[in-house]
Amino acid sequence: MKEEGIELIKDGKRLDGRGFEELRPMKIEVGVLKRADGSCYFEMGNNKALAAVYGPREMHPRHLQNAKTAVVNYRYNMAPFSVDERKRPGPDRRSVEISKVSREAIEPVILKEYYPKTAIDIYVELLQSDAGTRTAGINAASVALADAGIPMRDLVSSVAVGKIEGEVVLDLNAAEDNQGEADMPLAMVTRTGTITMLQMDGRLTKDEFERGLKLATNACREIYELQRTALIEKYSGSIGGGEE
Amino acid sequence: MGIEVMEDIRKDYVYDLIESGKRVDGRGFRDYREISVERDIIIKAEGSALVKLGDTSVLVGVKLDIGEPFSDTPNKGVLMTNTELRPGASPDFETGPPNENSVELARVVDRGIRGSEAIDLEKLCIEEGEKVWMTFIDIHALDNDGNLMDAAALGAIASLLNTRIPNERYGLTGEDTLSIRDTPVAVTMVKIGENILVDPNLHEENAATSRLTVISNADGTVSGMQKSGSEGLKEEEIVEMVEIGIEKAGEIREKYLGDK
Repeated sequence: MKEEGIELIKDGKRLDGRGFEELRPMKIEVGVLKRADGSCYFEMGNNKALAAVYGPREMHPRHLQNAKTAVVNYRYNMAPFSVDERKRPGPDRRSVEISKVSREAIEPVILKEYYPKTAIDIYVELLQSDAGTRTAGINAASVALADAGIPMRDLVSSVAVGKIEGEVVLDLNAAEDNQGEADMPLAMVTRTGTITMLQMDGRLTKDEFERGLKLATNACREIYELQRTALIEKYSGSIGGGEE
Repeated sequence: MGIEVMEDIRKDYVYDLIESGKRVDGRGFRDYREISVERDIIIKAEGSALVKLGDTSVLVGVKLDIGEPFSDTPNKGVLMTNTELRPGASPDFETGPPNENSVELARVVDRGIRGSEAIDLEKLCIEEGEKVWMTFIDIHALDNDGNLMDAAALGAIASLLNTRIPNERYGLTGEDTLSIRDTPVAVTMVKIGENILVDPNLHEENAATSRLTVISNADGTVSGMQKSGSEGLKEEEIVEMVEIGIEKAGEIREKYLGDK
């Protein structure tokens, strides 16, 4: 997988000029889709993720209904043109797995027990990808759920840490990920500090892992503030003037 | 429907028992069930292993075939891992295309092996850009009494350690054994209440709110992790689980994977 070649770190800076513990620039827009019940457009560096939420709505097929809670569906999908080499449309093994872990990342904050027998459907489209797409997708989905007015315990924030040229760094871009030695995406419920997604591949020592974990959880808190601000900005006008 | 009700009752039972410091099968919280690894039991496969974790039973077969390398890695062999959760292994498994659980299982096992660079893929190149060995790891679940993940991962590395390269079948000469540089071992833990349990059996898996698999290598580095389940874990719990995972992997490696 490693291609010989480009130096990823020069004079303590990364290819795109970031420091080791620096996130890529982010942009969040709330309620960008007309037909969906909730939506969010989320940029994380060159990643462009669009999340749409429907529900709670009637669950089809019926035999998949849960008499006690709502069923949460999460579908992560990459647009064919979102990557260098065209991605064949439709679900592949990678997207099936990402959809599963992303759903499990978000599910713990949804008050599913309020809506038995219904479905809450989350569709995440990656329009452009540059590594860390599942984390961008989760960040978008979490805001879109809030935008849909679905009762939640908190927002979920997500970022990856990785290792490049022996250094533990935050939020890898594709150039770094392709040559990197490890990648560890994580999602967190900020208020409780609960980690709801954790994956890792590559190779890390226990010490590097622990440092990465700290780095990622701190970054999630940063992302959380941005998500929160975006939601407040969107809705502060609409609730009778609003506060903050 | 009856089964679901029974499951709910059993969940409470498992939970209460664990809260009082006991497990359904009498094990300690950090104990594995009895493990057995039998290698080379399928003569048609280039490598194979039957792994049992208590009543959980998984058969892993490795086949080698010649194919074209991926265009971005013309000098490397190909590794592919696949899982079949056959209906005979559980009333909950169905025929048809792999569902998310089976995809996850295969991908996590694959990631552990890839991350550890246990297989030297460059050595599997026959002719750069044209011909390479394709290594297929097929995980066949035979009986699911919980923790298929660890059984599958152990079966995969145990098979690889004994895999022959079928040169003669293709009229080639060269090294006849697959060289394996590391021995990644997966250790899966669940959280039930505030307790962390190693090697969950099926009832424990059903009662658990979250699960973490930690794959670690001979030198104590980690080469794969996967959290799943409907609830989260605290940072300090994860740190503890990684420590337990590394320790347990060491014990399993020593006992079941020779001195490698």
